[in-house]
Amino acid sequence: MNNLKTFTNGIIRENPTLVLVLGTCPTIAVTTMVANGIGMGIAAAFVLICSNVVISMLRKIIPDTVRIPCFIVVIAGFVTIVQFLVQAFAPALNDALGVFLPLIVVNCIILGRAEMFASKNGVLASALDGAGMGLGFTLALLLMSTVREILGAGTWLGYQVLPESMDPIAVFRLAPGGFFVFGLLVAAVALITRGRVSHKEASGCTACPFADQCAKASEGGAK
Amino acid sequence: MAKEYLALILGCILVNNVVLAQFMGICPFLGVSRKMDSAVGMGIAVTFVLVMATAATWPFYTYLLLPRGMAYLETLSFILIIAALVQLVEIIMKKYTPSLHKQLGVYLPLITTNCAVLGITLTNIDKTYGYLQSLVNAFGTGLGFLLAMILFNGVRSRIDSAEGIPDALKGIPSALIAASLVSMGFMGFSGLIEGIFG
Repeated sequence: MNNLKTFTNGIIRENPTLVLVLGTCPTIAVTTMVANGIGMGIAAAFVLICSNVVISMLRKIIPDTVRIPCFIVVIAGFVTIVQFLVQAFAPALNDALGVFLPLIVVNCIILGRAEMFASKNGVLASALDGAGMGLGFTLALLLMSTVREILGAGTWLGYQVLPESMDPIAVFRLAPGGFFVFGLLVAAVALITRGRVSHKEASGCTACPFADQCAKASEGGAK
Repeated sequence: MAKEYLALILGCILVNNVVLAQFMGICPFLGVSRKMDSAVGMGIAVTFVLVMATAATWPFYTYLLLPRGMAYLETLSFILIIAALVQLVEIIMKKYTPSLHKQLGVYLPLITTNCAVLGITLTNIDKTYGYLQSLVNAFGTGLGFLLAMILFNGVRSRIDSAEGIPDALKGIPSALIAASLVSMGFMGFSGLIEGIFG
């Protein structure tokens, strides 16, 4: 029961993208097409599960003071593996994701889960947490790329859905559309699930491992 | 020659703005843009680290990884170099320029995981820029980030003081929608480089 809760936590209640608002960069950058959104989601989920498992196994060995660099090394190792796999088996996806594939290293969802969960919990729970969070991230990307591809290109996963006579609204596939759709989706989730999701802070940064420093920084630095 | 670099810098700042057109560094863009001081501090710190990181990673890749056929290690080694560099800069700053450390120190730990830094160092390799070109690109990108932070700080302070925003839109959603409008404004600059230098 408890394990199930750990797993489902990431999908809705603490959805990393739409509730915690982490990993914004890839969310906006790659969701122009459904295929890219799903590819990014799966790649990040793979890294998330593997790094959660390894970090959970190493949690008693890693000294507390250097834990962040250690986590980053583990994550970067798995990202390199994913880069190899994608280059070999999905070269089109590799071209579409571009620099955002290696940038999974600095995706704060992954570092955030390492810091908040895997470094404090057992291997099985960490794996489930990674799977849940990865699925939540993938679903959020799927939702967002669905909106953007249908409105921006008139297609879904490459199939024509809107009648050809309708001109697609190209701006939805460009930068402004990305910010706009993401903002509306976060607002919609906040509206629908009000009270039931853990909306801790309006800023959404609370789940980030650097939240303290960021809060200090946004206060205007040292005064 | 100088014209080429000027075009590169201008392109980085206005046309291919790192936040508004390349979607990198959105976390600090949303998280640290509430106050003008912190927006400027973060922007300067990012520019500084970007140039330093490029200065370190480009030779490392070109003279160490590439000739030995270990180019696949770039992601892993770059993030380590950036993390170590940020730590080093912080230590040196603390020791020799305490006043500067007081102003920028608080932003430094955040920059390791700023995707703009890793992203730009990787892009420089990807686009096969030369050393000087990479440094100019990093500097221009940092300036673009600084500009985006300053502009967005102005927009943000208007939104924060606005009345009548629905509850669901308060905070991040309204900031994202505002960012969408700012980014749409920046789209107006596309074609600028061809227009001036072409």
